[in-house]
Amino acid sequence: MGRIEEKFNELKATGKKALVVYLTAGDPDLEKTREFVLAMDRAGVDICEIGVPFSDPTADGPIIQAASQRALKGGANLRKILKMIKKIRNISQIPIVLFGYYNPIYSYGNRKFAAAARDAGVDGILVVDLPPEESEELKIYTDPLGMDFISLIAPTTSNARIEEIVNNASGFLYYISITGVTGTAKPSVENVKADIKRIRRLSNLPVVVGFGITSPEQAGQIAPLADGVVIGSAIVKMIEKNSSEKNLLQIVSSFAMEVKKAIS
Amino acid sequence: MQKRLPDKHGHFGIFGGRYAAETLMPALIEMEEAYRKAQKDKTFQAEFNYYLKQYAGRETPLYFARRLTEKLGGAKIYLKREDLNHTGSHKLNNTLGQALLAKRMGKNRVIAETGAGQHGVATATVAALFGMACHIFMGKEDIRRQAPNVFRMKILGAEVVPVASGTATLKDAMNEAMRQWVSRVRDTFYVIGTTAGPHPYPMMVRNFQSVIGREAKRQILKGEGRLPDFLIACVGGGSNAMGLFYPFRKDLQVRMIGVEAAGYGLDTGKHAASISAGSIGVLHGNRTYLLQDEYGQVHDAHSIAAGLDYPGVGPEHAYFSQSGRARYVAVKDDEAMEAFRVLSQCEGIIPAMESSHAVAYALKLAPELSKNKIIIINLSGRGDKDAEVVAEKMGV
Ligand SMILES: Cc1ncc(COP(=O)(O)O)c(C=O)c1O
Repeated sequence: MGRIEEKFNELKATGKKALVVYLTAGDPDLEKTREFVLAMDRAGVDICEIGVPFSDPTADGPIIQAASQRALKGGANLRKILKMIKKIRNISQIPIVLFGYYNPIYSYGNRKFAAAARDAGVDGILVVDLPPEESEELKIYTDPLGMDFISLIAPTTSNARIEEIVNNASGFLYYISITGVTGTAKPSVENVKADIKRIRRLSNLPVVVGFGITSPEQAGQIAPLADGVVIGSAIVKMIEKNSSEKNLLQIVSSFAMEVKKAIS
Repeated sequence: MQKRLPDKHGHFGIFGGRYAAETLMPALIEMEEAYRKAQKDKTFQAEFNYYLKQYAGRETPLYFARRLTEKLGGAKIYLKREDLNHTGSHKLNNTLGQALLAKRMGKNRVIAETGAGQHGVATATVAALFGMACHIFMGKEDIRRQAPNVFRMKILGAEVVPVASGTATLKDAMNEAMRQWVSRVRDTFYVIGTTAGPHPYPMMVRNFQSVIGREAKRQILKGEGRLPDFLIACVGGGSNAMGLFYPFRKDLQVRMIGVEAAGYGLDTGKHAASISAGSIGVLHGNRTYLLQDEYGQVHDAHSIAAGLDYPGVGPEHAYFSQSGRARYVAVKDDEAMEAFRVLSQCEGIIPAMESSHAVAYALKLAPELSKNKIIIINLSGRGDKDAEVVAEKMGV
């Protein structure tokens, strides 16, 4: 059993919801990202999504766009990010999902990437612009190595498509709570509720909700409808705003703890 | 026998496809279905043809450039006069098609990206024509260097949204248009201006632009009694080139040459020649040749012609290049400038800086060919919009 499945089993047994935190790797630098991940683990975060910066992040709003640019300016790339994850694995067993766009992976080489990601201790991958129609070319390398292929479901996704997507997915399903890019709108609880119901009828995989959740209160409202919530832009923004603070790690950790409390 | 391309998922060999975020997938599928139905619908085709004729002013002439031919002393040169379309370029052929499709799909709001502003103007024009709301995304840098087109879009009632992210040029405008589309996908139709983007765009734009090649074929057969030996067109995303090439693809004696922008030179790294000097990758929903670094990060492109300043190329051109059906060459900024001057002063036709790249290659090729050879150049647009930049460089 992989770390992701194990984590959801454990949460289920205790009736808890997952807190998933997204971080853009290399913002402000990779050593800091490593420290953030370890701090998130200590703060009780259940899964870390590590964003691989890309020059053209078409599914991201201004906050993650800017973080990606900073990370790229600082020299972050997939090879270095995998190295950093490997270092994390010396200390922490927190489930890690690599989150990003296809081109940096494709350019690395799909076969080579799968082996390197597995070796680094990556548990799952989420490639925003690789829908089921195109995903086979990567999955043929990542599936045999036991890496979960995390898939997105949007408010615009039809039931027929959900079926196709879940047939292709493992680990958990990521429900995009808004019709929009990351961090730009507030999800409506009513819509989320109805859509999760739709998804549950077609799949037994855990469902987490993300893209627009920014506060502990919101997380507390959404979490009971699903198996977990994702906090992304809010944390990335907090890192940017407090980048010169000495107690940056602590600021971010206490926010994560607050959210965790709100969903417990 | 050639297979019909693209396949059902939008692939041209290994190129193309539909690498898009899930939020957009249903919209792309809906668009493809609507387009396939429209294609078979005689009233849609009749309406499209009506606007091409009565509104755009087609057909455009295939003009024999006698003075230029004599000056070069080789092959006969014909110009396909897309510059004479309403709004001054081939872009209107495509925006008319897509706007009619949007109308049919009940979408009353269109968005578009633009580089040179020609596609922005062509989209703003059809939005005015059909009474649609219109938002045009344009890089801040391009807004500066293509000011006359910005005014035109505003006069036509469109809102021009400046894009400052990334390199503030065409690729970033396209990123921003995609983000906007994700956010308003239910009521908005994204009018892509070239044969790029996720399936069905490359196929759809090609088909709308193919009127160029169909006319040219008919015209040259009528005028010369035979097919041409060479087709030459500039390649940004590749829509004017594909529009000319596609109807000739099975006429293997007709050689096709796509001209990319070599900017300051291919060895300087400051160019926009993705086929000539790029590598394979995935951007804006399709697999194609890209300008990128070793980590898959996309570079900025450079060209004196804003409409060629794109780090990718339509997937069908990537396919034509790989299969050898077409050949791709690159022409530098200063060569395009010279061609701009030559055509202006030799024929009284001021070409767009984009089209000047095609002319520049013809200036090299024609003198090497015998007088019984025939070249057709796609004169994709007129150069009024470039007057300021050229005046600055020529010291006029
Ligand atoms: C006159 C003209 N020609 C060519 C192009 C390049 O586009 P494409 O390669 O799609 O024809 C543009 C783009 O703005 C243009 O305005």
